[in-house]
Amino acid sequence: MNLAEGVQIVSFGILAVMMIGTALGVVLLPNIVYSAFLLGGVFISIAGMYLLLNADFVAAAQVLIYIGAVNVLILFAIMLVNKREDFAPLRNAWVRPVFTGLVSVGLFALLGTMVLVTPWALSTQVSAGDSAIFLIGQHFFTDFLLPFELASILLLMAMVGAIILARREFLPDQVMSPTKQQPILTLPERPRELVSVSSDKSSNLDDGRRG
Amino acid sequence: MQLQYFLLLAAALFCIGIYGLVTSRNAVRVLMSIELLLNAVNLNLMAFSNFIDPQAIKGQVFTVFVITVEAAEAAVGLAIILAIYRNRDTVDMEQFNLLKW
Repeated sequence: MNLAEGVQIVSFGILAVMMIGTALGVVLLPNIVYSAFLLGGVFISIAGMYLLLNADFVAAAQVLIYIGAVNVLILFAIMLVNKREDFAPLRNAWVRPVFTGLVSVGLFALLGTMVLVTPWALSTQVSAGDSAIFLIGQHFFTDFLLPFELASILLLMAMVGAIILARREFLPDQVMSPTKQQPILTLPERPRELVSVSSDKSSNLDDGRRG
Repeated sequence: MQLQYFLLLAAALFCIGIYGLVTSRNAVRVLMSIELLLNAVNLNLMAFSNFIDPQAIKGQVFTVFVITVEAAEAAVGLAIILAIYRNRDTVDMEQFNLLKW
């Protein structure tokens, strides 16, 4: 990155403030749709950080995969499960945020101390810069070939698993009837049921019916 | 620029993710917190790759692998949330005690 040092510092500061602010918004805002959009802000600022760290390819991959795929997937999931419900209050509900906050602050103090105390073996070599994408490709097809292929298997497994899990449930007794012949190339599954969109908010949360 | 700035920032992001992971009751928000955690780890890897190993950039390769695993995790996790929402009719984490006892 051939920017001046001051420009880098200023952009780092802006990106850092944006990242921490949006991350706090993701965690703390009560409306989950706002949280999902702010998560996109976190991803964008992290992509900017990658640009500051001389990694163009990974920054582009971050924008494509996280914002283009994962964030949109989360927004779709929010749309699919968007039931406005007020969660049943818990006993001693204040205990968990307080203790988790303490643990988080303590963990940050520990990590910060470790970061500041450790003498890092900083390299003085010049950065790879624009040839980074060639180096990544060479790594993928030489010394990281097995993890690369395993990653493709993992993606295939995740795709099949997601389809199987999100499918409606399979009811054996309906399929066993010989009169209803399933058409070819479809998976047997429970028939679609209409979701009531009326204001049925007082429905009891506790019964795990159909469970 | 220094390595320590990036490491401190990643540590802060990790702690925010831990806080959200434990305290949130909406299952989708739990998944978002997990993504914050993985992004903090990615930022660490990229910082080390730039400042300690700038010639053979293995940190960037590991970051690409983490991004891959994270995409798979998001797809399967959201499918699980959809399935459990269909059965339980809620996304409250406190109601998900199917495997508890």
